[in-house]
Amino acid sequence: MFPELNNLLNTTPDRAEQGKLTLLCDAKTDGSFLVHHFLSFYLKANCKVCFVALIQSFSHYNIVGQKLGVNLTMARERGQLVFLEGLKSAVDVFFQPQEKPHPLQFLREANAGNLKPLFEFVREALKPVGSGEAGWTYPVLLVDDLSVLLSLGLGAVAVLDFIHYCRATVCWELKGNVVVLVHDSGDVEDEENDILLNGLSHQSHLILRAEGLATGFCRDVHGQLRILWRRPSQSTSQRDQSLTYQYKIQDRSVSFFAKGMSPAVL
Amino acid sequence: MLDSLLALGGLVLLRDSVEWEGRSLLKALVKKSALWLVYHDFFRDPLNWSKTGEALPGGPLGALRAMCNRTDLGPVTIALDSLSWLLLHLPCTILCQTLHTVSHQDSCPPGDGSPVGKVHVLGLLHEELHGRGPMGALSSLAQTEVTLGGTMGQASARILCRRPRQRPTDQTQWFSILPDFSLDLQEGPSIESQPHSDPHIPPVDPTAHLTFNLHLSKKEREARDNLTLPFQFSSEKQEALLRPRPSQATSHIFYEPDAYDDLDQEDPDDDLDI
Repeated sequence: MFPELNNLLNTTPDRAEQGKLTLLCDAKTDGSFLVHHFLSFYLKANCKVCFVALIQSFSHYNIVGQKLGVNLTMARERGQLVFLEGLKSAVDVFFQPQEKPHPLQFLREANAGNLKPLFEFVREALKPVGSGEAGWTYPVLLVDDLSVLLSLGLGAVAVLDFIHYCRATVCWELKGNVVVLVHDSGDVEDEENDILLNGLSHQSHLILRAEGLATGFCRDVHGQLRILWRRPSQSTSQRDQSLTYQYKIQDRSVSFFAKGMSPAVL
Repeated sequence: MLDSLLALGGLVLLRDSVEWEGRSLLKALVKKSALWLVYHDFFRDPLNWSKTGEALPGGPLGALRAMCNRTDLGPVTIALDSLSWLLLHLPCTILCQTLHTVSHQDSCPPGDGSPVGKVHVLGLLHEELHGRGPMGALSSLAQTEVTLGGTMGQASARILCRRPRQRPTDQTQWFSILPDFSLDLQEGPSIESQPHSDPHIPPVDPTAHLTFNLHLSKKEREARDNLTLPFQFSSEKQEALLRPRPSQATSHIFYEPDAYDDLDQEDPDDDLDI
């Protein structure tokens, strides 16, 4: 996890809010550093994490996780981390007989299906298992990422329904958190992605949006992060609703600074 | 105006956006109007995935249609959180027909002639999720539209009210929702919070302390004003051109021929027979 990002979000692993949906989105840049941040954040917070990883392999997240101070292999072995490696298990849908529907069963269906098997996988992974459990604090669902589900043939409404059910179970019933990543197509007209992004934005409590700089690539400033807290319109709240920072990704950390205040230009 | 939204019957659309959410206003309005609240929980299992048999038959649409045939006659407020969910899962036409039937029950009294209480339908709609077609259809069904916005941390509601046989009214109301979901109406954002220059500091003249002179003396200014621009077609120039020129010394060209210049005066094209 990145301590500077924790400061911006005013949170630490031991006093994070529960029952929240956090939406990560990226436009014209790669926002996966946010996924790595939250993965290591919640592992350090001693949460039971279910990670639906559809984009990269387990070893990729493990290597980055080690730079951030968490060992995914050990977390998986002791049961703290339930990892669905989409790239590997997608093949199992076709080649291995399954008693019950595979989480990625929709890949076999000709028509646009729904994500009920995936939801049941998540619910099974995160359900509290009696008193013999090692005492994880609260469950967390992490999805990287949802836009690829649209590319795989699902409709935006099916993905929204899946997140709705995850929110009802993980956030509301189990008092845990959900973190999802969606790509913003930006200039490219992608109606389904826009519906997905806007629908999720309305359901989220916190939106982190990583944007590339409008002027193009820069060696010292890799992008800009917009943080939007969706809070009810209360006049008593003194915190800002929206903050914008620029960032630079380094090997083991990400440094954040106010716009135009990069150390390279000062 | 905001607190008397539900006084008129019919459909009230609450349009919100990602930046300015409307759910808390919906809750505040429900709290204001409801004496007795019946809560239909479709949050946990709207599509009946759990198949436990607890879900109401027909899902949310079935529940909404059931309200069309209600038997009790008191005034009722139906709050929908959210219309966007219904619009994403149902065809727009079915939703519009159902909403129209529900919100216009008071116009068709039952056969025994007893008056039916007013029906208010309060629906939350997320603006960015739908195209102009469905939004326009719902908008035309609605008697009142409340669009949420705001500036500088202060939320506002733009209320567009269409009453039958009256001109539509358009008002903006600033408000905030207190932690107990009661509505706090406010004046607009304070003017003092906007930054403006301090009147006690006089504006600084930048040409005051320079090492070179930027000002013109009176004579210089007059001379500059009397100058005609070289390419401006003034009346003097026009006359000078029209007047035949006296034979002035025309300009001379002084030419020193180089060593290899051919000074043959004959026309080189003489041998051409054109």
